[in-house]
Amino acid sequence: MPDRVRGPLVELTVARFREFLREPEALFWSFGFPLLMTLALGVAFRSQPPQPVPVGVQRGDGDQAVVNALARDPSIVARALDPSDVDRALRNGSVHVVVVPGTPPAYRFDPTRPESRLGRLAVDGALQRATGRSDAFAPRDVEVVTPGSRYIDWLVPGLLGLNIMSTGLWSVGFSVVYARSRKLLKRLTATPMRRSHYLASHVVARLAFLALEAGVLVGVARFVFGIPIAGSPVTLGVVCLVGALSFGGLGLLLASRARTVEAVSGLLNLAMLPMWVLSGVFFSSEHFPRAMQPFIQALPLTALNQALRAVMIDGASPADLAWQVVNLVLWGAVSFAIALRIFRWQ
Amino acid sequence: MALRCRQLRKRYGDVVAVDGLDLEVRRGECFGLLGPNGAGKTTTIEILEGLLAPDGGEVEVLGRRWDRDAQELRQRIGIQLQETQLSEKLSVVEILRLFRSFYRTGRRVEDVLALVELESKRDAWFSRLSGGQKQRLAVACALVGNPELLFLDEPTTGLDPQSRRQLWALLEEFGEGGGTVLLTTHYMDEAETLCDRVAIVDQGRVIALGTPRELIASLGAGHVVEFRLEGDGAPADPDAFADLPGVRRLGRDGEAWLASTSEVHLTVPALLDALAREGRQLAHLATHSATLEDVFVSLTGRHLRDA
Repeated sequence: MPDRVRGPLVELTVARFREFLREPEALFWSFGFPLLMTLALGVAFRSQPPQPVPVGVQRGDGDQAVVNALARDPSIVARALDPSDVDRALRNGSVHVVVVPGTPPAYRFDPTRPESRLGRLAVDGALQRATGRSDAFAPRDVEVVTPGSRYIDWLVPGLLGLNIMSTGLWSVGFSVVYARSRKLLKRLTATPMRRSHYLASHVVARLAFLALEAGVLVGVARFVFGIPIAGSPVTLGVVCLVGALSFGGLGLLLASRARTVEAVSGLLNLAMLPMWVLSGVFFSSEHFPRAMQPFIQALPLTALNQALRAVMIDGASPADLAWQVVNLVLWGAVSFAIALRIFRWQ
Repeated sequence: MALRCRQLRKRYGDVVAVDGLDLEVRRGECFGLLGPNGAGKTTTIEILEGLLAPDGGEVEVLGRRWDRDAQELRQRIGIQLQETQLSEKLSVVEILRLFRSFYRTGRRVEDVLALVELESKRDAWFSRLSGGQKQRLAVACALVGNPELLFLDEPTTGLDPQSRRQLWALLEEFGEGGGTVLLTTHYMDEAETLCDRVAIVDQGRVIALGTPRELIASLGAGHVVEFRLEGDGAPADPDAFADLPGVRRLGRDGEAWLASTSEVHLTVPALLDALAREGRQLAHLATHSATLEDVFVSLTGRHLRDA
C-alpha cells in the first residue's frame, strides 16, 4: 500500500496548526486574552442610567440649609463634609464639587475635570432657584441613545485591531526565530523544501487562525454587548484579512535576522509599543499634538483601527477605506519584500 | 564517484577552518572523516552538503555542482546535522511525514519508522524522546527521501553505548542497500567499525587516508605497550627503550610512554630487564591492540579526544 503523501505546503501548514494548538500559552494570548479584555472593559463601561451628581457641603454656618436646598433637585446627592475632608473627597472623586456656605456661597471644584464643571452648573442652578431665581422657560427634554455611540462600541474595533497586530507579529515572529535558534530552519533548507512554501505556511496558518480570533471577538461583541456592526460583514472580513497580511509581513521582517527568541521579543515589543499608545486603541489618537499626526496616521495599526471603526460603527463601504487599505498593503508588501531579501536561514 | 572535492578552503576571520582539503568518496562506500573537535570536519561536511560556500576549491556531488543543480541534488541526498532540534510538539510520525512531503519520491514513512525502530514511539512528541531516539529520528528524516548519498555529522556523539550500536546497525543496513555514506566522527571505534575508508583530518587538512586496516598497519606494529614510571624524571637513557626488541616507535603521552611493537612477548620482558638495570619501578603497564587513535597520536603527538 503506497503512502498517501500530502504536498509540502499542506504539511507545513498543518504542522504550524498543530504546534499552535499544542501551545496553551499561545492559545490564551490569541483567544483568551482579547476576550477577557473585551469582557472586562465591557462590564466597566456598560451603559448605565444617568447617575446623580455627588456634591459635598462644607460644615459650618448655614450648611443644613444648603443641603436641604440641594436635596430638592433629584439630579444631585448632597452630603455634609468636615473642612479637613474636603480636599481629599475632591481629589479621589467621591464628590465632584464642594459648596462652602456663605453669602454668597463658594464653589470648590477642578475646572479641568468635565464632571466637576457639570456638577458646578447643576449646583449653581439648584441654589439659585432655591433662593428665588425663576427659569425663563421649562425646556422639553428629548432623550436619545444612538446605537454605536457608547465607549465600548468604539473600543471593540480597537481591540480587534490590537489583536490582529499582536497575534500577527508574535505568531510569525516568534515561531520563525524559535525555529532558527534550534537550527530547524537550517535543517529544512537542507531538504528540497521550497523556501517560499515555508514562509507561505506561516501566512496561511495565520489567516486561518485570524478567522477564528476575529470571529470569536466580533461574536462576543455582537451578542454579549449588543454592539452593532453597521457595515457589511464581507467588508469587515476583508479589512481583517488585509490587516493580518500586513502584520504577518511585518512580523516576518522583524524575525528575518534575529538569532535568539530574546532578541526578537525585544524587536516585537519595540514595534508594538508605540502603536499600543498612539494608534487609537483605548482612546482617540486625536488627543496627540498636531505635529505628531502625520507619523501617527502612517502607522499600520492606526489605519487598521480607522478602517475597522469605519466599517463597524459608520457602515463605511470599501471605497471609503481606500487610503487605509493602501497604507496596510504598503506596510505588508514592503516588509515582506525586505524580509525575503535579508532572511537568515541558518 | 559519489563525491569529490579539491583544494577546499574556508576561513572564519583569522581562523582557517579548512586548509586545502582533497577528498574522493566512491559510490557504495562508507567514508569517515575522523579527527578531533575543531579539526574542520563540520565545516567540510557542510560545504559538501551545499549549506556553506567555500572560499576556494571545487566540489562535485553525484557528478553535479551546487551552484547549478542544487534543487536536484537536494532530492538525491539525505542530511543529518549536528545538534538539530526538530519541532518539540510534533510527533515522530508527523515529523517524518513533513520531511517526506519535501521529496518527489521516497520511502514509506512506516518503513522508515521500522528501520529506525521507532514504531512504538510513533505518536510521541519530539520533546519526549531520549537522546538516542532523537538521533535515530534525525537519521530517519535523512533517509525518508530515499537518498543515494547520506551525510552524517557526528551521528553518535553523546549517545549511550546501546544507542550507538543501534545506529551503527542502521547505517550498515543502508550501506548493504548500496547507499553511500559520508560521516564525521571523533570516535576511532566508530570509524573502525563502520567505515570502509577513513580520512584522518587535522587542522583543516587530510593527514592520512586509507582503510582502517591499512592505517593501523602503517604503524608497522600491531600492538602498543603503555607504561609509566614511579618517581620523577625520565630514565637515564630513553633511547634504551626505543631499542628494545620489537619496538618500531616510541612516543610520549604526558607522563606515559607508548611503545608501538610488533612483538609484545619480546618487548615486555626486555622492558622489565632494562628497568631493573636502572633501578626504576613501574607505576603502570598495559598493552592494547593498535587502533586509529594510535595512528592519530603517532601522526600528531596528540589524542583525538583532547587534541
